[in-house]
Amino acid sequence: MTASNLQKMLDRGNFAVSGELGPPKSADLSTLKHHAHDMRNHVDSYNITDNQTAIVRTSSIGVAATLIQMGLEPNVQMTVRDRNRICLQSDLLGAVSFGVRNFLCLQGDHAKFGNEPGSKNVNDVDSMQWLQAVKKMRDEGIFIGGDKLEHPLPPLFLGAVVNPFADPFEYRPYRLAKKIAAGAQFVQTQCIFDIDRFERWMTKVRELGLHKKVYILGGVTPIKSIGAARYMQSNVAGMIVPEALITRLKGAQDKKREGINIAVETIQRLRETEGVAGVHVMAIAWEEVVPEIVERAGLYPRPVLS
Amino acid sequence: MIVGERKPFPKILQSVENYEKILVLGCGECVTVCMAGGDKEAKETALALSIARKRAGKPVAVESKTVERQCEFEYLEAARRQVEAAEVVISLACGVGVQAMNMHFADKLTVPGLNTTFMGMPLRQGVWTENCLGCGDCVLDLTLGICPITRCSKSMFNGPCGGSQEGKCEVSKEVDCAWQLIYDRLIKMDMLERMEVIHPPKDWSASHHGSVRTSVREDVRIDGQ
Ligand code: SF4
Repeated sequence: MTASNLQKMLDRGNFAVSGELGPPKSADLSTLKHHAHDMRNHVDSYNITDNQTAIVRTSSIGVAATLIQMGLEPNVQMTVRDRNRICLQSDLLGAVSFGVRNFLCLQGDHAKFGNEPGSKNVNDVDSMQWLQAVKKMRDEGIFIGGDKLEHPLPPLFLGAVVNPFADPFEYRPYRLAKKIAAGAQFVQTQCIFDIDRFERWMTKVRELGLHKKVYILGGVTPIKSIGAARYMQSNVAGMIVPEALITRLKGAQDKKREGINIAVETIQRLRETEGVAGVHVMAIAWEEVVPEIVERAGLYPRPVLS
Repeated sequence: MIVGERKPFPKILQSVENYEKILVLGCGECVTVCMAGGDKEAKETALALSIARKRAGKPVAVESKTVERQCEFEYLEAARRQVEAAEVVISLACGVGVQAMNMHFADKLTVPGLNTTFMGMPLRQGVWTENCLGCGDCVLDLTLGICPITRCSKSMFNGPCGGSQEGKCEVSKEVDCAWQLIYDRLIKMDMLERMEVIHPPKDWSASHHGSVRTSVREDVRIDGQ
């Protein structure tokens, strides 16, 4: 069994680029397929969000099946918000059965934020426990309850998210260490707008030697407008959008261009930051700019791996 | 204690609209302390019902009474006369009291006048917080007296999610992040290394998820069964 493309890319020391697709609030995947197709030469793997911000959408695993049919590589996001351990483990097996190899284990936004605010938040296990559970399923062939899998799993590439912009700030590098201990092989960060804070976090991460134990992919999101920046600044949990960035956008004639410029510059800085192994480009609802960003950041063409 | 809130009055009114003799029954325990279902509230509710029904042209006979504790059968006897005289009882106790009433006076319907909200405590005058979910396997020793199951909106066991900012929980600026509180307390007690421990998935079978719980204490039983 071979490793995923994303894992190979990172193992061989290439600066990786992962993209992101947000499934629709319907079962019609035509637009999503279109976006996936347009980015196919620019990203190494596609994150597929799992009912992002607690809004009901096509399941990430369902979309993964479509991507695999298209010959593309999914990175399935799995939150612990909506499923208990029975369902999480069973869904994971189902996804592996048709070829998913990358999994990103997340907690998930509280259901209060979504379109089913009256639903139960399951949280039977937390994101750390889920990550460790998948590692044990893969490495030891056991379920959470101790029962054995009937056949070993193929190599899986396990990911987690980390947020250098959340509090307590001093704890955040140690949280990364804990995720590594639980089984994370790669992590993607929350969108980086406050690059100074990110670099302070990285300094501590390097001091602890964590960058040598895990692949860190910096999260990058192009900002489309001042409104979008303001929205993220005040309404998105765990994000920091510095006022200076908004001022810069205000000063620009073409806001969208400037948003792309900022994303490109961010990637360039991340490439120069010791310990950053790649970028995760999240351009939900603005997918068409991904190729341009990747190209201008000097990450195109993507290496083709055997 | 158990904290409750009075149901909106129109709901209470509606739940007894087909009855003409009503008893409003308060409880002298938790709901008295949280000012939702004690003697004072029982009297107020009775008065409000009689005024509202008179206005609606459907006058009603309403009595009020408060027992010391509605969640134990023996205390309910103190209200037997009033219960028997009424067609329906509105209980201002928690859900336990309402059920105890329906069991003890099985021929009479007792409806809830409160919404039982949580197990918690008064933080200051007029403000109560939720502190315990009764999970059946207390972890407060591990988290230095702050319950991550109850007070973290995502019941996380292994540290704060990415939504914690400036000490507040991502769900609301009004809610403290339980993990920030635990973190601060670990520093204070010089036990920060505890943040590194990966706590395994919880066995929820000791909680309500393991099915309806009954607690049996052989050492104090006297029924011999
Ligand atoms: S912000 Fe804190 S309390 Fe709220 S869900 Fe996250 S960890 Fe739990």
